[in-house]
Amino acid sequence: MDFSFDLFGNAILSGLLLGGFYAAVTIGVAISFGMLDIVNIAHPAFIILGSYIAYTANSLLGMDPILASLIALPAFYLLGMGIYQIYHVSFERRGDEALRGLAFFFGLLFITEVALVLTFGVDYRLVEARYIGPSIHIGPIDLPLRLLVPFIVSLGLIGLLQVFLSRTFLGRAILAVAQDQEALRLMGADPIRIKRIAFGISIATASVAGAILIVIQPVEPSIARDYIGRIFAICVMGGLGSFPGMVVAALALGIVESLTSTFYGPSWTPAVGFGFLLLTLAVRPAGIFGR
Amino acid sequence: MRALPFLLVSILVAAATFGAATLVGNSYVFFAGYVVLQYIVLATAWNILGGYTGYVNFGTAAFLALGAYSSVVIHKTMPMPIPVLIVIGGLVSGIVGLGMGYLTLRLRGSFFSIATLALSVVVQTLIINWDFVGGSRGAYIVRPRTTEYFAMNYIEYLFLVMLVLSVIAVFTARCIERSRLGYGFAAIRDDEAAAEASGVPTLKLKLLATTLSGAFMGMAGAPLPYYVTYLDPASGFSLAYAVNAIAMPLIGGTASWLGPVIGAVLLGTLQQVATVTISSALNLLIVGVILVAFVIIAPNGLIGLVRGKGRGMKR
Repeated sequence: MDFSFDLFGNAILSGLLLGGFYAAVTIGVAISFGMLDIVNIAHPAFIILGSYIAYTANSLLGMDPILASLIALPAFYLLGMGIYQIYHVSFERRGDEALRGLAFFFGLLFITEVALVLTFGVDYRLVEARYIGPSIHIGPIDLPLRLLVPFIVSLGLIGLLQVFLSRTFLGRAILAVAQDQEALRLMGADPIRIKRIAFGISIATASVAGAILIVIQPVEPSIARDYIGRIFAICVMGGLGSFPGMVVAALALGIVESLTSTFYGPSWTPAVGFGFLLLTLAVRPAGIFGR
Repeated sequence: MRALPFLLVSILVAAATFGAATLVGNSYVFFAGYVVLQYIVLATAWNILGGYTGYVNFGTAAFLALGAYSSVVIHKTMPMPIPVLIVIGGLVSGIVGLGMGYLTLRLRGSFFSIATLALSVVVQTLIINWDFVGGSRGAYIVRPRTTEYFAMNYIEYLFLVMLVLSVIAVFTARCIERSRLGYGFAAIRDDEAAAEASGVPTLKLKLLATTLSGAFMGMAGAPLPYYVTYLDPASGFSLAYAVNAIAMPLIGGTASWLGPVIGAVLLGTLQQVATVTISSALNLLIVGVILVAFVIIAPNGLIGLVRGKGRGMKR
């Protein structure tokens, strides 16, 4: 493999852009797993669901995929509230999160994937929008818009949520429930209601993440599984529930994956996230920014 | 029942099963029966870790495929009889299970589960990039029509091998359940901190369960290339294995050896029928829906339903 500096620079840059997108994919899990301690392994499946909704709106109505995802946002929020309600009544209240709660989410992952296969088939689907295709050229560096737009949307989403969590009453209540549920109850707030809202928000982010996923790459139902390793690797490495940590971890993973893909071939990239995850778990399970 | 009579009874049941299958005389019975038996081994193996210690393994497909691909490698270098392949497949998957457990079991239980989920993706990536075993194109295994030792039809021979393996797996699970080891596992499941404080060597026991569970999954996978004759990563790592291995014990009941067996026989047979009569994608959807319905409505599985809610144990 002959090494070229242009190739290297472009790989780093597209890795950074990719990493920004990974942060948007992870933020839902950073809320559900990192703050609420709900191991929602079905989250990637909801992201793919978001991709297919964007695809349907795009191919039937010619709507912009990201706009479509914003319209679908309330539906995802309600879906998340509903799932949390079932989860709470059936598992959390019984103290049975570990075995049956995990199996529940695994079942949801599986059902969503198979339902998508039955509806859309296993062909790769893609969307059309004006920013897919052209690139900005700065000297030897190419900035493809199909990566740049998701990057900006992703950082916007994360910034918005960060402001929401730190500035609003509800956001602070969510941070509080992550720290001490009983204390929140003593303050006269209902922790279950707060958690329901937080879980709704976490699923709602999947709508946007799904739309920018299908902008970046063609989608088929089973790619949800490739993202499980990535998402949880980023989430754990960033130190559960910390947004800045998550963004740094996502950018790091994006760069390493992009370099792997450029210099060893794209068929190796799925293993990178897992390698990161195992390494983090073995060396520093609290994450690089963990307390 | 003591261990020895139990073993004798299971051998009798197995012999009766084989006899009945031979009486039907249709080779489809052996083809379909092999899959059900394979699921008995997988579900029992999953339950040794998941049901007894409470640690959820989502990587059944990876462990199974490790066993299967070990056989492919051996078939391509120096072919050996299937029982030997089973031992080697078990060793490979057992060692991987031990390694996974060592890295993740000291942390919270959910980390282990997430890591096993990601393991499938990684092992699949390795296999896809390994041309010797066929890469993403898959590997062909030419099997003889009959076996050399008993001049037996090959599919009947595979069926018999899997039957013996399932008796061994179920017997092992039952022995664990009634031993000090089983009580240790149950203590970990109910309250790990309390178990540790009472002097149960939790990490050692968890590693043992992971290794044993992984090994049985690998053993179940070792004869797979000879059964399918064409093994590609997509089918070897099918998520169907993982979801079935979880659904079967949870539907039957995770507290005892009988639960996975009931679940595997019911769900395995249902899927064999549904694959022929409906479609294979739809029947996977059915499995997923049944799994979710059972964990919500009947947390103790069919066994729990039969024993009655009031009297039954909490788990």
